[in-house]
Formats: sequence, C-alpha cells, structure tokens
Amino acid sequence: MPVKHTTVATTGNSMVADAMRQCAPDVVAAYPITPQTTIVEEFARYVAQGRVHTEYVTTESEHSAMSACIGASAAGARVITATCGPGLAMMWEMLYIASGMRLPIVMLNTNRTLSAPINIHCDHSDVMGARDAGWILLFAETAQEAYDNTIMSVRIAEDPDVLLPVMSCLDGFITTHSIGRAQTMDDESVKSFVGDYTPQNALLDVENPVSHGNFVFLGGPYIEFKRSQRIAMDRSKSVIERVGAEFSELSGRPFSLVETDMMEDAEVAIVVMGSSAGNVRHVARQMRAEGVKAGLVKVRCFRPFPATELVAALSGLKAVAVLDRSESFGAEGGPLFTETRSALYDLERRIPIVNYIYGLGGSDVRLDLIKSVFTDLSDIAGGGVVPEGLNYLGAR
Amino acid sequence: MSDAKKWDISGMDSWKAEDFPRGAVIPDAGNSRDYVTGGWRSMRPVRSVETCTECLLCWIFCPDSAIRVADEKLAADPETFNLDHCKGCGICANECPVEAITMVPEGCELPEVK
Repeated sequence: MPVKHTTVATTGNSMVADAMRQCAPDVVAAYPITPQTTIVEEFARYVAQGRVHTEYVTTESEHSAMSACIGASAAGARVITATCGPGLAMMWEMLYIASGMRLPIVMLNTNRTLSAPINIHCDHSDVMGARDAGWILLFAETAQEAYDNTIMSVRIAEDPDVLLPVMSCLDGFITTHSIGRAQTMDDESVKSFVGDYTPQNALLDVENPVSHGNFVFLGGPYIEFKRSQRIAMDRSKSVIERVGAEFSELSGRPFSLVETDMMEDAEVAIVVMGSSAGNVRHVARQMRAEGVKAGLVKVRCFRPFPATELVAALSGLKAVAVLDRSESFGAEGGPLFTETRSALYDLERRIPIVNYIYGLGGSDVRLDLIKSVFTDLSDIAGGGVVPEGLNYLGAR
Repeated sequence: MSDAKKWDISGMDSWKAEDFPRGAVIPDAGNSRDYVTGGWRSMRPVRSVETCTECLLCWIFCPDSAIRVADEKLAADPETFNLDHCKGCGICANECPVEAITMVPEGCELPEVK
C-alpha cells in the first residue's frame, strides 16, 4: 500500500500528539507543563475517544511520571511521555535510571528554559542539563520534523542494537504552538513502520522472573555497565542513520544527523539546532544575494554527537559560528560550541570558530542578529580578528 | 520454579562490559539470599528461650526474613536468627511483647541468656 499523505495546518504539539497516537504506546504516564501541555491534553482526548488503546496514567509530578514510565517499560510496555523545562529537571534522577536499565522510553521535550527569573519560554537549558543522562537526543526545526522524529524515535529506541531511551526535542512555543503547514502519514503506514514491540526481560513475564537494574556489589561492575551504555550509544548512530533513511523513503523527507544547506561552495557557516535553523537559512540566502558564501549546518541529533559528520561539513570553511541556545556558566562556551570545536581539533588546518549564546528564555532571534553573525564571519574569513571570549547575541 | 540457576556469575571478574546483562537484569528470582548482608550489623539479637512464647511476631516484623521458623516454631539456637542476613535493626526486640529478645553489641562477649 502506498503511503497516504494528508496536508494539515496545525501546531507542533498537535503533530506530535498525532504521531504518538499512531505509534500506539501501551502506556503514557505524564504530568502537564507549559508548553508541553497540549501534547498530553490532545493525547488524553484520543484515549478518551477510544482512538488509541493506551493506559494513560496521570501522575502527581514529573518524577512520578518518569518513574511510572520506567516501571511500565520494565514490565514490557511500549512507553511514550512528554515534558519540558522544570518538568524535565524534576525527572532528573529517573532519567539516569531509565537509561541505565536500558529501557526504550520515548519522551517529547518541548524545550523550555529554567527559572529564575520565572520564564516559560524557549531555550535548550533543559535538555542540555540532561545531555549526559544517557538518552539519545534529537532536535526538530519544524512541526514536521517533530512529527517525523517522534515516529523514528520509537524505532530507534526499540532497536535490539540500541535499547536506549530517546528524547525528541521541539522548541517551546516557537514550534509547539505556532500553526504551520505539515503532512501526516496514514495510520497503517506509521503502524507498519514502527512495528510491534517485543520486550526482552519483561517483568510481566511471570514464567521467567527477573529483576532489573541490580547487579552492583561493593566495588562491583558499575563502571562496566556504564561502558556498555557508551558502547550502545556509539552503536546507535548507525541505527539512527538506517532508521532515518528508511523513514525518508517512506515520507519523502530528508533525514541526516547533520543537515546542510547551501554548503557546497560555502566559505562561512552557522551551526545551530532547533527552530532557529529556519532563521539562519533565510538570512544565509539573503547573504548570498549580497555575495557572502553563507551556509547552514543544522544538527538534528546531539546524542550521539555527530562529530565526524560535523567535521565533514565544516572542514573546508574559512570561519564557523556556533549558536548555543543555552548557557554553561563558566565553561569555554555553550555545549554545542565546545563539542563542535573539540571535534575540529584533529584537523590539520585550524578553522576560526566563534560561539554565540542566543535566544535564552525565548528572547527574540531576530534576522538582523543572525545577519550580524554572518557579517562577523565574513570579516573573519576576510582576515579580520576573531573576537575573543563569549558573545551574547542581542544582549545588552 | 526449579532450583536450576540461570544466573551464573562465577566468571564475572573477567567479564567485559558487553558480557554483563543489558540493563543490569538478573535473569533469576530469589537471589537476594546469595547476597550476604549480615556484615552491616553492629548489634545482634539474642533470644531468651525461657521468656519467649513463640508468638512469632518477630518473624512477622523482621524486614529481612532473617528469623527462621519451622513447624510453626522458632528454630532452636543458634539457628534462630539467620546472621548472614540479619542487619541488627532491632525491630524484633522492639516488637517482642514479652521482651524476650535483647540486642547486644557485636564484638562483646555474649551475655548469659536463659
């Protein structure tokens, strides 16, 4: 059967709730938090309408939500949840337990900043705090990508070579709440793409009783378990690429760990994640009209970190800027910058690379700000001085 | 359940990271008896056979199932308390309605108990 695509005008959260319904999780345990709320709200409606047969668990906190997801996943269920910002922060302890127990939980994270001062808007401080928690981290630029990533996440997490939790991120309000044009696929196509989940070591398999997450004696094999998580995470890269290629064939939409635009002859480029890639693409086109060979490098997967792919995309450039939508106070730059620069370290030729912290707490990512970055890069490429230290884009 | 053990860790010291079961799963039930925790104990329960009424409240309350019972009677000394698993919490002594259990410090000479 050919895939039936339906064009819709809707929000990112609505696309994600629809993708969740199509993936038919056995259990969803969640706690509502702005700007994630409409995901779980719409999904709860699907459950109430009988359009999906999911055990929907309303919990009293995000710590409980993730705990319930862990229990359900260990029991053998396909599990999806959603949160953001402070909710993700409250799940902290349980994130590591989910990955350590190698449970293929899928979580949507609608990137929201962390207070204080109180703020509900977008930046990546929430997920970047969880970057070392052993979860695969995907980023979406648009509602369409959020939908696509959700469906792919289920396949990636449940792949027998991976069995790691996946966090699929979309930018709070910008992607979650603005209405745009997107395409959904028919239920049957999604259903057969994700397939059935065959759990291993399910707690509900009473004939074969097991216990999960134990095995640690004093001075015991904890470090070996962590190493095995590292091996699985490294191995997941090729699985993500394979699932992405398969999905592309189905959807007709591209997927790569690192997506490039106008990079064939580019001399300068901006590396960015999430919705701001759209702003960068638009300004890069304008810069090209002005004679600057500008390009976009969009990172769609932050964990596992696509170092090789980034090096391949950036190695011929005269200057690179990395935009970080989160702070890592006291570090040598934002997390995307430090890892990108580290990836470039082994190159024979040293590429000038500049870091900009931008858009914190939903501060506007105006086109003139992106243009100023390209102008800086153009100056550096022409022999100008690389600015020292950290740049705060648009901040007074 | 059969007594055959699926969980063979005899060669564990030479296992590499990928040899350990994914997710630290132990593919066998009832293995906590193999994990001897009595070494945590600093106080040891001692029962006075003369005072004890065999009500078995200690057996009910013991959080570590460390009190041995056979034929509805406490096992005779020195088998009453499974010292491989008793952590010396003293709940048995606290709950005993006739104060037949005393907690004595480990490392001291045991008092004469009747």
